[in-house]
Amino acid sequence: MSSFVEGFLRGIGVGSVYALLALGFVIIYKATRVISFAQPALMLAGVVLVSHLAVPLGFWGALPVAALLTALLGLGIERGAVRPMIGRPAFVVAIITLGVDVAIRVVVNIFIGLDVRNVHDPWGLGTLVIGDVHIEHRHIAAFLCAAVLVAGLFAFFRFTRMGLAMRAAADDQEAALAQGVSVGAVFALSWALAGALAAVGGTFAAAGGSFDGTLWLTALVALPVIILGGLDSLPGAVVGGLAVGVAQELVATYQNHTPWLGGNVSVITPYVLMLLVLLVRPYGLFGTREVERV
Amino acid sequence: MLQVRNLEVVYDDVMLVLRGVSLDLPSGAVVALLGANGAGKTTLLRALTGLLDVHDGAVTKGSVTLDGDPIHGLRPAAIVRRGVSQVMEGRRIFGELSVEDNLRVGGHTNAGAVGERLDHVYGLFPVLKDRRRKLAGYLSGGEQQMLAMGRALMAKPRYLLLDEPSLGLAPRLVDQVREIIVEINKSGTAVLLVEQNAAMALSIASHGYVLETGKVVLDKPADRLLADDDVREFYLGLGAADTGAARRSFRDVKHYKRRKRWLS
Ligand SMILES: Nc1ncnc2c1ncn2[C@@H]1O[C@H](COP(=O)(O)OP(=O)(O)OP(=O)(O)O)[C@@H](O)[C@H]1O
Ligand SMILES: [Mg+2]
Repeated sequence: MSSFVEGFLRGIGVGSVYALLALGFVIIYKATRVISFAQPALMLAGVVLVSHLAVPLGFWGALPVAALLTALLGLGIERGAVRPMIGRPAFVVAIITLGVDVAIRVVVNIFIGLDVRNVHDPWGLGTLVIGDVHIEHRHIAAFLCAAVLVAGLFAFFRFTRMGLAMRAAADDQEAALAQGVSVGAVFALSWALAGALAAVGGTFAAAGGSFDGTLWLTALVALPVIILGGLDSLPGAVVGGLAVGVAQELVATYQNHTPWLGGNVSVITPYVLMLLVLLVRPYGLFGTREVERV
Repeated sequence: MLQVRNLEVVYDDVMLVLRGVSLDLPSGAVVALLGANGAGKTTLLRALTGLLDVHDGAVTKGSVTLDGDPIHGLRPAAIVRRGVSQVMEGRRIFGELSVEDNLRVGGHTNAGAVGERLDHVYGLFPVLKDRRRKLAGYLSGGEQQMLAMGRALMAKPRYLLLDEPSLGLAPRLVDQVREIIVEINKSGTAVLLVEQNAAMALSIASHGYVLETGKVVLDKPADRLLADDDVREFYLGLGAADTGAARRSFRDVKHYKRRKRWLS
């Protein structure tokens, strides 16, 4: 029983990271109708920034600064590579973001170098023990931090003028323009938000150990998460991220009971879960029907 | 005064849709713009509010000026800020937002006065106040039209452009929309009313234009338009005043009869 609870809580921690990454994808998708494949590079850039900045600034100083810088990087990508492509088929723009992703990761890898790096997080592999359940500090921290960010995001979209404008533009871009909403600002802001979220998510993915250039693969899990949650749904990204994290960690906990499946079934769990959900709900858990037409 | 002079608009670099349109919307006036489907009415409104870009359209000749300043190169947001708002064809409300959030978006360029404008709009459309927490997508067609108008009023426009506000509404609702337009106008806002419902439009307009395949073919005070045989026949469905002839279809007579008359 305690291994189940441990697996579940670990899943919540890991899932919080997925949720942050998936939120970035969904925010960009809603604003621009483009699936950005540049999120892994943004994440890696953010993590590398934290690992360098944490030396002078400390972890808590480095994290917001890195998030801000990654937001600026996202803004730059939007301005330089995505904005000029407005009006082209969404597929073309998606491929362009893929190119941007590769290019940025090449540059970022230079700053990773050959040594293993770490983000100098305060948690390491420390655990909190309740009864016979061990919970890793970094998972608790990931969850709390994600909860704060998600609450902030929802408040932003619900109550602020720009947040409202972003929702309006997602609903009907031309009608939003006609109200005087600057759709360019909406695009830019969506990329900036996604950049910041990727940086924070990546930092928690890297916490507790060392990382190298392959960390970007973590961001790919956000793809089944957003398909599962519904491409255009922010709650879907959160619920989907947590669900995938929990499923993955539970499978990892019990996979040695099923040796014939091999030792790495947990890796494909997100995709299996996505398939299962799509069989029942073709638009994902919270997706809307319209998405299909895009 | 909002002035259009010799405006030419092209879609996709090749399709000439407006051919030398000129039109005046004096401040404080109600002006009607009539025309059959595809005449270019919506295109003209897009040109007035900077929305041609979205449709791969462009102004290739002529000008749109607001109080003498050209505005046809401006972004939509800049035009809204200068006091020109549009209620788009088909209402285009934000269905996934609440009624009140729709209105708040309408006040995007007017952030300081959102509360005051909300009160004003709710005063004009009490039904929106009752429904303000509802998702706009669940409103009835008539309520959605009210919402679209209310949303445009949030920016406190001096010039309001309405694209077929009576479309798809029951007669009683058309009357209501008509009364609201009169009321909006009374508070000082000039209205350009694009309509297929010529009777409604001309009953409140002081001046009217008839657009046909991208050209202004009639440009007269509203009462004289109402008396015009062609307008009576093709837009009011009354039959020409001076002939007892059976009503003919628009297409049959379009070529020879109409053209000649406007030339004379
Ligand atoms: N985005 C576009 N791209 C190309 N052509 C267009 C576009 N929008 C409209 N047109 C064409 O321009 C012409 C005028 O269209 P417009 O929508 O302005 O007419 P309208 O007078 O508003 O008609 P309706 O009464 O049906 O609304 C039509 O022939 C139409 O096919
Ligand atoms: Mg039209």
